[in-house]
Amino acid sequence: MSFSWARPYEPKHPVMRWLDERLPLPRLVYGAIGGGYPVPRNLNYFWNFGVLAGIFLTIQIVTGIVLAMHYYATTDGAFLSVNQLIMRDVNAGWLLRYAHMNGASFFFIVTYIHIFRGLYYGSYKAPRELVWMLGLVIYLLMMATSFLGYVLPWGQMSYWGAQVITGFFSAFPLVGEPLRVWLLGGYAPDQAALTRFFSLHYLMPFVIAAVVILHIWALHIPGSGNPTGVDVKGERDTLPFHPFYTAKDGWFAAAVMLVFAIVTFFAPDYLGHPDNYIPANPLATPAHIVPEWYFWPFYAILRSFTIDFILPAKLWGVLAMFGSILLLFFLPWLDRSPVRSGAYRPVFKRFFWLLVIDVIILGYVGGAPLNWWRTALGQIASAYYFVHFLIILPLVSAFETPDPLPNSISESVLHGEEAEAAPAGQTRPRRGSVATAG
Amino acid sequence: MRFILGFIGSVFAAILLFSTISNLATYFQNPPAPLASEEFHREPKALHLQSDGPFGSFKNQAQLQRGFQVYSEVCSACHSLNLVAFRDLKGLGYNEAEIKKIASDWKTQVSSINPDTGEPAPRKAVPSDRFPAPFANEIAARAANNNALPPDLSLMTKAREGGAAYVYSLLTGFQNQPAELLKKFPDTKTPPGLHYNPYFANLNIAMPPPLTSNGQVTYADGTPATVDQMAKDVAAFLVWTAEPNVDNRHAAGLAVAVFLLFASILAYLAYRQLWHDAKRVVRVTGPLDPKNQAKTKRAKAKQGVAG
Repeated sequence: MSFSWARPYEPKHPVMRWLDERLPLPRLVYGAIGGGYPVPRNLNYFWNFGVLAGIFLTIQIVTGIVLAMHYYATTDGAFLSVNQLIMRDVNAGWLLRYAHMNGASFFFIVTYIHIFRGLYYGSYKAPRELVWMLGLVIYLLMMATSFLGYVLPWGQMSYWGAQVITGFFSAFPLVGEPLRVWLLGGYAPDQAALTRFFSLHYLMPFVIAAVVILHIWALHIPGSGNPTGVDVKGERDTLPFHPFYTAKDGWFAAAVMLVFAIVTFFAPDYLGHPDNYIPANPLATPAHIVPEWYFWPFYAILRSFTIDFILPAKLWGVLAMFGSILLLFFLPWLDRSPVRSGAYRPVFKRFFWLLVIDVIILGYVGGAPLNWWRTALGQIASAYYFVHFLIILPLVSAFETPDPLPNSISESVLHGEEAEAAPAGQTRPRRGSVATAG
Repeated sequence: MRFILGFIGSVFAAILLFSTISNLATYFQNPPAPLASEEFHREPKALHLQSDGPFGSFKNQAQLQRGFQVYSEVCSACHSLNLVAFRDLKGLGYNEAEIKKIASDWKTQVSSINPDTGEPAPRKAVPSDRFPAPFANEIAARAANNNALPPDLSLMTKAREGGAAYVYSLLTGFQNQPAELLKKFPDTKTPPGLHYNPYFANLNIAMPPPLTSNGQVTYADGTPATVDQMAKDVAAFLVWTAEPNVDNRHAAGLAVAVFLLFASILAYLAYRQLWHDAKRVVRVTGPLDPKNQAKTKRAKAKQGVAG
């Protein structure tokens, strides 16, 4: 879209020409994910995860719509409709449900990899700040959707998870408790809450799909980033998305589907919690209430605030938990380094891997029952999370000396092979390696 | 703005680190008292069933039928099996006539109404009915069981950490309270009406030992009905009730996995061919690859470029 050498759409079939003249939908698709979108030629496999997230969103919508045909959103019927009707009596209902359950987990897995790729390669930096922020909006919507969906089977963890998560709102003074009661439609999760959660759970994926379109639109203005973080300088730096990246995305998607199928068919409950096979019981609190695994790091931050300092500990926990995601919106301005790619930032790189370990520790602490050392570990890890983004990143970007960048993408791809082929000073491009698109 | 955010970050971090220190200080000054339920709780014993693992199946129908017999003669006195229908027993190898007989002989009748008068009129079960529950409602169940509620067993092996192994361990785990436990925690004597069982989360379970003596049921296939054998058989049966279509799932999974394996291999070869044919054989791994980084560095040094 943005590069002058992007191939214009040329309809080959008269029907397509007829359509294109009236509604340029084929032109839009060709320019967005077809041969008309030039992509840096040096993308590594971390660039496959955006497409994968789109695939999992599609899987969730398709399986979800069919599941909704058999689901009863009533406190008496929800558990039975899932565990009796869908799992036993609907044809291949078990497959739909397991694919939907594990599809949510895989959606988060690929999204987390996608986000961390963005963090490492500086994908949030100019001119892609809005791409990053729209991505965070998608992520927040995903969290809301998955929470709502987890309540629907109306098992013990559904019920008590809803209780705990809506309880966050009551941490806010004055408005908190009335707000919570208004959101739930009662003092505790009940029929009113279940019905509206179902309604919203059905709505949200379509909102996500709409923001995904904005995300891709915003991406196509500057074009995709790349592992060197160097801007595209010319046609030799890019390849058309189709067929080159459709082929790469295609085989990789098939491989990821294989992993997804293995989990769905052979360990479908591995990522879930046994307590959700017990029907919701407002009178019996489970011994350990834990959210789904993809919320564990945030749950650890929430639980880390154990003392009242001016504000109650619970309010600190809630503020910190929301803050831990909201701060990511400021990332483009917190990290001032002009170098995008972490590969050329020796100090940043070390702190990046520290952050990865930190988030894994938070995830572990959030999912495990608390004891004295896990509490302490969670508190230190939570502190590092905030220090990393709000203090270390701005300082590193101000004081770090980055490694020299390659002059262009094509140079980085050749890795000095031109120089090896000819004496210094007399480099000549290798045949083939400069072949231009088309 | 960076200063404001930096300040917020410092406040969060300071509170957290202060909490850590105060928590650790509290912990080391007054370490929390150990709990009997932490020290004496035991993880489930190992149990191997035909239905285990990615190729597991319900082919051991003899065992499942024995387990069903234990459920009907022992467990079903108190525990419902709400999600399972008599017709599902086809999966255990019973034929239609046998299922019809099992349904109509079932000790509890199905609640129904007289179509002419509208009066309650319980009737015999038919294959399309779910297993009737032993108690009419929760209050009746609690009244008959010392105020404890026997849980529904349909999903039991999915609803407990450890699954079938937990069921097997619990059924064979009843014992007297160890003297050591009472010496260490004198206040934790099992209250009357409860029963000590180290596999149960809080060690004292309301359920009395259901399998008490060898030969409690008489197996039709001649298998000696030891307590251990009956516990194993009923655990295997409850794996089936929790998900009767595991066989289907595994068979379909194998087909899907093989298909996707071939699909990804073919797609990968197509991808390699495509990038090769266009003479664009580039190292797609990018600068993260240390080999490439070293190569770039060497080449630059040779050319006399700094860095």
